[in-house]
Amino acid sequence: MSEALLVDNVHKSFGRLEVLRGVDLALADHEVVCLIGASGSGKSTLLRCVNLLEPIDAGRIVVEGVDITARRIDVNRIRRRIGIVFQAYNLFPHMSVLRNVTLAPRLALGMSHTEAAAQAMTLLERFGLADKWDDYPDSLSGGQQQRVAIVRALAMKPDLMLLDEVTSALDPELVAEVLEVIRELAAAGMTMLVATHEMSFARDIADRICFLDAGVILEQGPPEQILSAPKEARTQQFLERIIEAGRL
Amino acid sequence: MSGGEGRRAILVAVVSTAVFFTLVGLAITHAPGWPEVRRTFFDWGQFKGSLPEISHAFLLNVKIFCIAEVFILVFALLLAVIRSLPGPAALPLRLVGIAYADFFRGVPTILVIAMLGFGAPALRLHHIPLSTTFWGIVALVLVYTAYVSEVYRAGIESVHHSQTAAARSLGLTHWQALRTVVLPQAVRRVIPPLLNDFIGLQKDTALVGFLGSVEAFKQSQIDAAATFNYTSYVAAALLFVALTIPLARFTDWLVLRDRRRRQAVGA
Repeated sequence: MSEALLVDNVHKSFGRLEVLRGVDLALADHEVVCLIGASGSGKSTLLRCVNLLEPIDAGRIVVEGVDITARRIDVNRIRRRIGIVFQAYNLFPHMSVLRNVTLAPRLALGMSHTEAAAQAMTLLERFGLADKWDDYPDSLSGGQQQRVAIVRALAMKPDLMLLDEVTSALDPELVAEVLEVIRELAAAGMTMLVATHEMSFARDIADRICFLDAGVILEQGPPEQILSAPKEARTQQFLERIIEAGRL
Repeated sequence: MSGGEGRRAILVAVVSTAVFFTLVGLAITHAPGWPEVRRTFFDWGQFKGSLPEISHAFLLNVKIFCIAEVFILVFALLLAVIRSLPGPAALPLRLVGIAYADFFRGVPTILVIAMLGFGAPALRLHHIPLSTTFWGIVALVLVYTAYVSEVYRAGIESVHHSQTAAARSLGLTHWQALRTVVLPQAVRRVIPPLLNDFIGLQKDTALVGFLGSVEAFKQSQIDAAATFNYTSYVAAALLFVALTIPLARFTDWLVLRDRRRRQAVGA
């Protein structure tokens, strides 16, 4: 049985800035792994590389046994199996909620309009958004928009979900509703790689936490160990700053 | 109190406008050559006499405008899309697009019209139209495609790349993302500047008269030559203005509505 995701010695630079300097990471099926680390440590870049939004410079990314960084791979087919949710939601502002959710299943999976709409309504209902189906993103709260973005990614029935700081742009009182959705996904067995600043949330849902520092995974382990008894000095420093900021 | 101030502001505006235009009017009508200008440019009898024919000729301007606009909208979008193609393989296409836009924005419209209008029929090739109006329209389409493609391109570039990232991350191809996510947003944003270019096109249809097609300007020239009176030019000018002013006001209204909408979202 191969891993759901294998990141093997991945390097990525932007110009002269080395963002990822040999990242190794493996996720089993149904595993939820949280990436923590300071801004600029490479969390977002790593997620964008796994989704092939950024080409990597060296190394290998393997999803369910398929090397997706090999040459001549069909990136569109790969991306259909990997959902990503962004910090800024990135909903399509000129489309209603329903069209946001049905667009990709219709175009990329060839679903019929009726089939895609039925599936979308089921998902919207599951996440308490059914009454918003005909609204436009601008008329929704940040929390609602982010939940729609999660539903939009789920509509492609991905094997793996990548969540990139999905609560960072939200007002504090809207964070809980989004975290609740992610918690439900984790409970339903979705394999997820989650970049987050919400340490208590990470403790709650993660099977494993990885501390990313200066482009490498410096330390990883069960949430209790990483958050309560980190071995590395850098991890301790990072967590102390987080505690000072009142987020643990 | 504010009601009183408002009334005073309106009064000041009315008085200053009236004084300004009275002064301008007096300056013109007291000019030494005014009686002569009034006779040659503002002759009511001539105006009434030439208006029917010029109005009829003006229909050709409207026709040129409508036909040219349809092609411009389509070709300019194609050109803009070509210029926004990613990747090294598309470089030759991008270069052709840039060269095209540079050339046709650089050459005066009247020269393009003259070269095509006189040059193309002179080739005497089989199956190509000889109509000057046809070649006038082709010239306008070539020139305005270059301008309008720049407008589209600005619109495409104004759509944040995170929109493309979101679309591609869902498994959409480059074309699908462009067609369903980027272009609809881009086009919506550039409608006001597009309309602005079309006001320009509406006026430039008069340049086709240079080739001999009897549109409003050519017709007024014919009238002026026959009567030694230029009132027909004024008649033609009024017809153009009658068409462009509503379009200009419509454009202003769209810009205003767009600004209000964005402010409402930002608030």
